[in-house]
Amino acid sequence: MSETESSTSEVGELSRRPGRERGREDGKFGRYGGQYVPEALMPAIEELTDAYERYVLENEDGFMDELRERLADFGGRPIPLQRADRLSERYDTDVYLKREDLLHGGAHKLNNALGQVLLAKYMGKERIIAETGAGQHGTATAMAAAHLDMPCEIYMGERDINRQRPNVFRMKLNGSEVNPVTAGRGTLKEAISETMRDWATTVENTHYVIGSIVGPHPFPVMVRDFQAVISEEARAQTIEKTGALPTDVVACAGGGSNTMGTFAAFVDDEEVALHAVEAGGSTLEVDEEAGVAPNSASLFTGEEGVLHGARTKLLQDSDGQIMESHSISSGLDYAGVGPELAYLVDEGRVNPVAVDDDVALEGFHRLSRTEGIIPALETAHAFGFLEEHHEELGERVVVNVSGRGDKDLDAAIEETDKRDIDEAPDMSMFTGGI
Amino acid sequence: MAERTAESTAKPETGNSAAIAEAFADGPAYVPYLAVGDPSYEASLEYVRALDRGGADVIELGLPFSEPIAEGPTIQGALVRSLDGGMTPDRFFAFAEELDVDAPLVCMTYYNLIYQYGSGEARSASEATGDTASGGPRRFVERAAAAGIQGLVVPDLPAEEADPLREACDEFGLDLVFIVAPTTVGDRLDRIMGRVSGYVYVQARLGTTGARDDVSEQTTESLDRLAEYDVPKAVGFGISAGEHAERIVAGGADGIIVGSALVDIVAGGVEEDLPTDEVADRLEALSRELKEGAERGHAARVGAAESR
Repeated sequence: MSETESSTSEVGELSRRPGRERGREDGKFGRYGGQYVPEALMPAIEELTDAYERYVLENEDGFMDELRERLADFGGRPIPLQRADRLSERYDTDVYLKREDLLHGGAHKLNNALGQVLLAKYMGKERIIAETGAGQHGTATAMAAAHLDMPCEIYMGERDINRQRPNVFRMKLNGSEVNPVTAGRGTLKEAISETMRDWATTVENTHYVIGSIVGPHPFPVMVRDFQAVISEEARAQTIEKTGALPTDVVACAGGGSNTMGTFAAFVDDEEVALHAVEAGGSTLEVDEEAGVAPNSASLFTGEEGVLHGARTKLLQDSDGQIMESHSISSGLDYAGVGPELAYLVDEGRVNPVAVDDDVALEGFHRLSRTEGIIPALETAHAFGFLEEHHEELGERVVVNVSGRGDKDLDAAIEETDKRDIDEAPDMSMFTGGI
Repeated sequence: MAERTAESTAKPETGNSAAIAEAFADGPAYVPYLAVGDPSYEASLEYVRALDRGGADVIELGLPFSEPIAEGPTIQGALVRSLDGGMTPDRFFAFAEELDVDAPLVCMTYYNLIYQYGSGEARSASEATGDTASGGPRRFVERAAAAGIQGLVVPDLPAEEADPLREACDEFGLDLVFIVAPTTVGDRLDRIMGRVSGYVYVQARLGTTGARDDVSEQTTESLDRLAEYDVPKAVGFGISAGEHAERIVAGGADGIIVGSALVDIVAGGVEEDLPTDEVADRLEALSRELKEGAERGHAARVGAAESR
């Protein structure tokens, strides 16, 4: 797309937004989505669907007005779109950073957590539960629950608790209980299963705050709509700064909440290319025998199946058992992905790309060194993509900086020490923790 | 409900499997559950035979899925042990074929395993022919029928998504059992009851599976709500002793489903490293207690009806 075509007075005008609203009617994204849950949960799902339609879509009782005000005052929105001067020079293209790392809590997660906890309050629920893997969604939910004075319990795999102690402490500081999940292998997917079990017993007074665009309808559309504020702002900011839409939008993808939040307002702009960067882990090869996929690239390599309430793309063996995924970034470490992203990939609207651990870690160091921004290891995958694929991109690229990297310093030191990365500082004296 | 006829006679046609219909036809049905392959293929063959000797009328066999969101810790533990022991859908079908029991067999599993079954071969075949791989439940149901399975229970498959599986079950003569929760009412209840066959699994209380020692009021309310439907009602979730079975059947249930209390015995055997036949004896003894409790409850109900 040339500069002249896009910088007319019609830039940013949208008459129809079918992509932005996809799935709201029935929770289906083509063949994906749905409500594959135990019967005991169905009434809660129906109640939630009704509340989503009334409060979120129709702004009943001024729900969305209150949410916007709280996201501004408590969260710090709107979040800046910043030109990355050194990266722009390096890749000979304009690179803009959507700085979600500046949102309260240091990641995009609060957009959704605050929305859902507030919704629970409007619904008259008295208790919040949530699952967390790396602890980012757990800490965001704990902050939102404290802010809105709701009791909150977070389920977290025992193995993850040991890997993410500072986040466990943050949740407790905010007054939440952290329940260790020992079942299975003690990671995110077991924590999700355990939270669903709690919900099946307590649906009448409890809301389950799912952390991504996964799970049964209405969660995928609702979480997308709460996260869409990222792209709504980014779209207006890009037009304001450059007079045109971006040519490319880039976001990392695990479950997909920052991805869909970053894409939502652009889905109907067909000239804007959307790149979902998944964790390629150590390799895309799977070990069928051991049930292990040493990556989390479910969009890139996954097969259709049903997990945690939705039909989507999954990492699974030929029997349909869910595989253990892996990534250097625990936030991308999930065997499934949001059904909407699975659909958009099949439709050719979203380009799925896998970036491996090594390239992501190099991206982590490059952004830290050249732009003064230490990104989360999840986010670093998007910058690994930029390095490897910049020649295929257009002249205006927006990258979502989904979170800051403070939480990942121990992991980054350890992983850096194992590798030989250009210009990375020697941190060997800190291995074993700072 | 269109499927139901005005005159419900003594022998209503409630399903595809004659053996399941028979199991509920005279007296209360005792329906035990165990996870196949817990803790090993061989031990679990002995355990299922013990249930049969203890008076099982229908046996539910759990095929383990890695993410069993509807199960409590007891049954989840059993499924993990079974998976760790190498259980797969194909070994499960071999197990069902090897079993020599009288009671009809029902497979309880999660939808992804049904949906994926045989998809690997289908994908390579479709790559060869250029067609799209038709993933779906038909292959699983065909294989289950060949293995002698007479019904399916799929706790994460709501009625709204169940039509392809319902069709496959009708094609191969299997029953499709649905779970009705205390919170299932109105249109949802009608939708489920329009698709159920064999028996309806009445969830006695909210929550996941697990043995508890009281009988919930929610059970009685659920049975009242279901009274107008012809399908046999089997109550599950939390039944662990003969008196519960008695009270539940006296309260109107056509059968009782018992899982966690039996799985607890298997888990105890693993923990204490007991010999297989000792665990099997315990399973048989509890089965007799439950079956006798159910029969007492039935006698009390019939007696009360006759003296009216």
